[in-house]
Amino acid sequence: MSTFIQLTYFVAAVLFILGLKAMSSPTTARKGMVWAGIGMIAATIVAFIPSTATYAWQGDHVATNIGLAAAAVVIGSIIAWGLAKKVEMTDMPQMVALYNGLGGGAAACIAAIALLQGHAANYVQQSMAVLGALIGAVALSGSLIAWGKLDGKIKKSWQFSWIQLVNGLIFLGALALGAYLTSTIDLSGTHAVGQDTITLIVVFFAIALLFGVTLAMPIGGADMPVIISLFNALTGLAVGLEGFVLGNPAMMIAGIVVGSAGTLLTKLMADAMNRKISAILFKKFGGGGAGGDDSVEGSMKETDANDTAINMAYADRVIVVPGYGMAVAQAQHKVWELTELLMDRDVDVRFAIHPVAGRMPGHMNVLLAEAGVPYDIIEDLEDINPEFATTDVVLVIGANDVVNPVARTNPDSPIYGMPILDADKAKNVVVVKRGKGAGFSGIENHLFYADNTRMLYGDAQKAIGEVIAGLKAL
Amino acid sequence: MVIEGFTALYIFMLAAVAGYEVISKVPVILHTPLMSGSNFVHGIVVVGAIIALAGAHTLAEQIIGFVGVFMAAGNAAGGYVATDRMLEMFKSKDSK
Repeated sequence: MSTFIQLTYFVAAVLFILGLKAMSSPTTARKGMVWAGIGMIAATIVAFIPSTATYAWQGDHVATNIGLAAAAVVIGSIIAWGLAKKVEMTDMPQMVALYNGLGGGAAACIAAIALLQGHAANYVQQSMAVLGALIGAVALSGSLIAWGKLDGKIKKSWQFSWIQLVNGLIFLGALALGAYLTSTIDLSGTHAVGQDTITLIVVFFAIALLFGVTLAMPIGGADMPVIISLFNALTGLAVGLEGFVLGNPAMMIAGIVVGSAGTLLTKLMADAMNRKISAILFKKFGGGGAGGDDSVEGSMKETDANDTAINMAYADRVIVVPGYGMAVAQAQHKVWELTELLMDRDVDVRFAIHPVAGRMPGHMNVLLAEAGVPYDIIEDLEDINPEFATTDVVLVIGANDVVNPVARTNPDSPIYGMPILDADKAKNVVVVKRGKGAGFSGIENHLFYADNTRMLYGDAQKAIGEVIAGLKAL
Repeated sequence: MVIEGFTALYIFMLAAVAGYEVISKVPVILHTPLMSGSNFVHGIVVVGAIIALAGAHTLAEQIIGFVGVFMAAGNAAGGYVATDRMLEMFKSKDSK
């Protein structure tokens, strides 16, 4: 039986890697997900079979425990399945954060049981259990904060100057306690864990959870996707470490693959914003102070939907720059309707996607795909940037920092050096925006004050709807 | 099964290389689905959570184990549906 189970784990691990590989191309992505899903179901089923590869069928509680496990699998799956089916596409990023947090929490639970049972046979195993516990707990509480922030449940970002000092002290405290828990394990084979140790384990988890909160709370705005990706990688790492503790190769491989892939993905995202991961974690962003000379010349000039419609109807080339505002307003279908109308008038319309537009890389692509916008008119930053100069109208929908020219011009700005879409180089820019406030990062956008820019205020869905009405009336 | 220290180190190293290679040539449009997909893959923690709960002796361990399996199952099932819904949108474009 044990051989069969090990073989299943092996096949599952292969399916995970092949599945992730297949997901690197749009044509095979869905197939890859199905492979990974089959691997997951197979690995979960064999986990219930008692053997040397899983658990021993001895002791009083095993039957009860297996019943509890089956119930937890069913209940957990059904609830999460239902929530994921129901949620709006625009809210997907926070759902990913939430599910990721659950995975980290599960790894922390495995570690907690291993520590409480004095499971470890040597210092290496114990230190891996402790490390996995720390990382898993941080991923849990950090992801929950990220979920709360993206969902609008948590509005504040802690921006105290001493927060990093507090973070450092909490982290050192967790490490010291973890090292102590590792050094004091009972290697005599009795696996005895004293009451004092149990208290210490509880304190250790409390500190680890607190660290996740204090780590995620100061981070806001455009940095959020990077942090979710980082927590995703951390959960993978925690799962891999607990896999080692349990002697389960499927968990080790799947966890570390995700840990490594997630780290690279985090770096790709941070690079796209020209930010260092360390700077995101340990420096303040936006919120005044760091902005340097923020004075803007000129004023914002308002326009209306009809003007915008006429402007675009008689343009040769239009580029649409979508941002989070489009996602919030669920305006992607209206935007595609507008695009189709313009295309009927032989206007060359394309979409410019900044790598970090929205709340996650690729967020905009997903929404536009949902609305039915074909791939071939969606362009990346590098491909579209030279084209702005020959474009008649750029329609910026709920995007802000990714088109802010201060990233090119003002070395004191916190976003200086971030590659941006050169929307300001177009002949005309129309910005659809809900209100006059600054962007998510709190930095004034000089584009909005430029001579060739007009502001179209209002909810993106409503505003685009009015532009469509204007176009139809022409 | 007990995995010796150095065997584990080799597994970790090779898995890390595999993860890096797998993701290094991904187009930007697939970043979000891929993050979601890798989020699903670490749902394999459900296997460990089941094994840990199976070996629970005390009530406290049973509660922790139950919560662990519950969360892990949520990670796996939710991660799958979230990813599938994202990828569904890309599929309709390919068949066009």
